[in-house]
Amino acid sequence: MQQKEKKNSIKLEFLVAKHDFSRAGEASSNIKKILRQLGVDSQTIRKVSIATYEAEMNIAIHSEGGKLTVWICPSHIKIIAEDKGPGIEDIDLAMQEGYSTAPNQVRELGFGAGMGLPNIKRYCDKFTIQSKKGEPTILDMLIYTNS
Amino acid sequence: MKIAQIKELLDCECITGEELLDLEIDAGFGSDLMSDVLAFMKEKTMLLTGLTNPQVIRTAEMLDINAITFVRGKRPSDETIALAKKNNIVLLLTKHTLYTACGILYMNGLKGLTASRKE
Repeated sequence: MQQKEKKNSIKLEFLVAKHDFSRAGEASSNIKKILRQLGVDSQTIRKVSIATYEAEMNIAIHSEGGKLTVWICPSHIKIIAEDKGPGIEDIDLAMQEGYSTAPNQVRELGFGAGMGLPNIKRYCDKFTIQSKKGEPTILDMLIYTNS
Repeated sequence: MKIAQIKELLDCECITGEELLDLEIDAGFGSDLMSDVLAFMKEKTMLLTGLTNPQVIRTAEMLDINAITFVRGKRPSDETIALAKKNNIVLLLTKHTLYTACGILYMNGLKGLTASRKE
């Protein structure tokens, strides 16, 4: 991130615990409330909410835990979702709609339909995913505001 | 259509949000897949679902959805109800199945959404 942008941005950080499904979603809920308080437009808030919530659920479902970091700037919102592994073996496969490795317990919650990563990509203006088997997964997401 | 009318048509019990029954709803969406809800749903839409866990409320919260009907007589947990209350979401409970509940609302003029891939 450029130095000037960094100066004008607000940084938020939220830890996401492994398999804690009663609290999963709290970080995204907090992010949404803060964006609303800051007067960010509703279409941008909707996109950020969906992207952060899917990313948060992914960390809770698939990883050893991780964190969401959000930078709120006047022109855009940047979100990094980073976990502690175990990594994705085949990213192209993981990006396909309908492909999922989620266990039944997660499917019973209404997730694990293989729509998470495709949904995130759909709602972001810029999206990159970095992962390897045995390594952390890092999602880099950027959504422009309508201001 | 007002939420109150949906409550009547589906013979629902209102679990929480009695004070919001006057709100208008433009369309309905029936699904047990929360990622599909996140992909396709818009605000002012009634979510009909057989899932009753707190993630349903979280999903609704993310999309500014303020009305959910639980089908097949499935009663949500206290945790789910408390989260809905906190987020001003109306919870209705009907004994109808998802298919029948959606059918009744559609017959009475409540339209569905298109599964558009674009924002």
